[in-house]
Amino acid sequence: MSVRTLEIDGKAVTGVAGQSIFSVAWDNGIHIPRLCHVGGVSDVGACRLCMVEVEGQRKLVAACMTPVEEGMVIRTNTEQLLAHRRLIVELLFAERNHICAVCVVNGACELQDLAASLGIDHVRLRYRFPTLSVDTSHERFGLDHNRCVLCSRCIRVCDEVEGAHTWDFSGRGVNSLLISDLGEAWGESESCTSCGKCVQVCPTGALFAKGKMVSEMRKDRRFLKYIVTAREKHEWVR
Amino acid sequence: MAERIIINPVTRIEGHAKISIYLDDSGRVDSAQFHVVEFRGFEKFCQGRPFHEMPGLMSRICGICPVSHILASAKAGDHLLGVQVPPAAEKQRRLVNYAQLLQSHALSFFHLSAPDLLLGFDSPVEKRNVFGLAEKHPETARRGIRLRQFGQRIVELLGGKKIHPAWATPGGVLSAVSTDTRDEILACVPEAIDTLQKALSTMKSIMDTFHDEIEHIGNFPSLFLGTVSREGELEYYNGLIRIVDGEGNIVADGLDPLRYHTFLGEASEEWSFMKFPYYKPLGYPGGMYRVGPLARLNVARWAGTSLADRELREFKQRIRESVCQSFHYHMARLIEMLHAVERIEEIASDAELLDTHVCARAGQNRNEGIGSCEAPRGTLFHHYTVDDHGLIQKANLLIATAQNNLAINKAVEQTARRFVAGNTMTEGMLNRVEAAIRCYDPCLSCSTHAIGQMPLVVELKSSTGDVLSRIERG
Repeated sequence: MSVRTLEIDGKAVTGVAGQSIFSVAWDNGIHIPRLCHVGGVSDVGACRLCMVEVEGQRKLVAACMTPVEEGMVIRTNTEQLLAHRRLIVELLFAERNHICAVCVVNGACELQDLAASLGIDHVRLRYRFPTLSVDTSHERFGLDHNRCVLCSRCIRVCDEVEGAHTWDFSGRGVNSLLISDLGEAWGESESCTSCGKCVQVCPTGALFAKGKMVSEMRKDRRFLKYIVTAREKHEWVR
Repeated sequence: MAERIIINPVTRIEGHAKISIYLDDSGRVDSAQFHVVEFRGFEKFCQGRPFHEMPGLMSRICGICPVSHILASAKAGDHLLGVQVPPAAEKQRRLVNYAQLLQSHALSFFHLSAPDLLLGFDSPVEKRNVFGLAEKHPETARRGIRLRQFGQRIVELLGGKKIHPAWATPGGVLSAVSTDTRDEILACVPEAIDTLQKALSTMKSIMDTFHDEIEHIGNFPSLFLGTVSREGELEYYNGLIRIVDGEGNIVADGLDPLRYHTFLGEASEEWSFMKFPYYKPLGYPGGMYRVGPLARLNVARWAGTSLADRELREFKQRIRESVCQSFHYHMARLIEMLHAVERIEEIASDAELLDTHVCARAGQNRNEGIGSCEAPRGTLFHHYTVDDHGLIQKANLLIATAQNNLAINKAVEQTARRFVAGNTMTEGMLNRVEAAIRCYDPCLSCSTHAIGQMPLVVELKSSTGDVLSRIERG
């Protein structure tokens, strides 16, 4: 196991070859914002919130997708990066219908927390107000496209941990839509095992447990660490 | 020359409104209209949402009486689930409903109406507000604010926050009440009762000075509609609808709120966003009825609590039949507040309130759910139709202020006839027209969800009904 030494925000840190900048930063108490990353499943670099500056490189890089290298000098918190992150979050708010006040995860939403931590008190872009549906055909869970940020956490956890691959995207760009199986209603999906992992990893209220009212739902992701530890270390411990 | 007097905006009410008064050739008031110029659209944008979200979503209709909307919505949800809520949950819901009645009435009486009543309708406009009241009657203003705080505090203790508490859900409520909460509530009861008894005695002592206003501000016979218990007592959470006429005769009794659409119709007019509900058997607009504090006292035989019953008897003795003067809404609010505090004490003293089984769990068992309760301003109905997956297909809300709409228009017209003469207007005169509306404590933000049209047309009419002039805006 070869070690890499580098500098993040002026702090000398070490990581293992192949480890991502994001992972090394978090191991050292430097919390880079993210929406699509969730520990225990692969990274896809979809949300672009973890973009960082690497000295000597002209372009910003996604911290979750970039392995550490010897001697790297990385900045995670510059004015330019904050401006980028603010714009990304504003774009997410403008793209669909995020009404925190009446959302099931109000007060425990990663998108809401992110906006608050970035000091976003208004959105400078015009809202699109798309007409999107809610799928409550599943007996226990619901999918509200209005609140989906297309992070794909649900797709990855369903595929890589549960092994069902019920979820995927249809369409492209702004027209992308989360679908179960080949576009059937969730309740009619033959591959879904109703395990609920997708609901727990969803960063917003897009996937929710039915019967919950405003601010009632709290997501519990401890199961993921339990499963991943078991898978990687063969230890059934929390 | 025919003329139109516009009062815009109407002050010290919840929301925005405009009044048009039409004068005839001789300068006398010909007709008057109360326009509601806000549009909300709640019935439309809740379509497609899961019904479990409705209490939280509907509570956003209003910041003054969110609890009423939460309760009516949660009750409609209970109906969809087909469950009976646990006793502790029902007690919590009743307790918070009384608390909200208290805070809303305290706001209406002490903050909005007391400046007129205690400082006088003709007192300087810059002083005729809650700050002027605090200057002249500091103790009354302080106690009024404390009383409202008590109501708000109960909502906060049980619901988690004062405004828009996310707490009642289809099937019950989310959390149990602690003994600390109960003790805090009970400790505040004596001061609240004392405040109300003092306010009632002040109100009775000054009542005679408002003879002219009592006689001419919204004094007309109409039907009154309200909820009563099976024994005919005041009831705010779960009862039957009773309708009485202007002479106190029972027109209809024992009506099931779940069948409201069989006896209540809803009309709309182009010049207002607010619906015009009416009692179906008498048609539109003959089926005009009033709801709210005065209506509830008119339909109930007794209050059911000792102090409020004493006041109610005295109130009813003042006028033998039904009380038709809208001005008495103020007195009715004070009596209701006293009753609410007595009930709060009663419920808080009940050990069952502390039970931890507070929510009945069930899946959806029906496609249509109706919930009703008595909101501070009158009877409230929420009616949802959902698909098999629990998504709202159609929502109909029948709000208290909208049910008073016909009566408010009538009151404005009558008041204008008495107090507006010619085209010379005084501030006190205009304020009496506004006061006619304020009697109903209209909550316009609640009541403007009906899909209507913007008041784009302004018409000047002569006494014979001919249109003298027509202006189209925009």
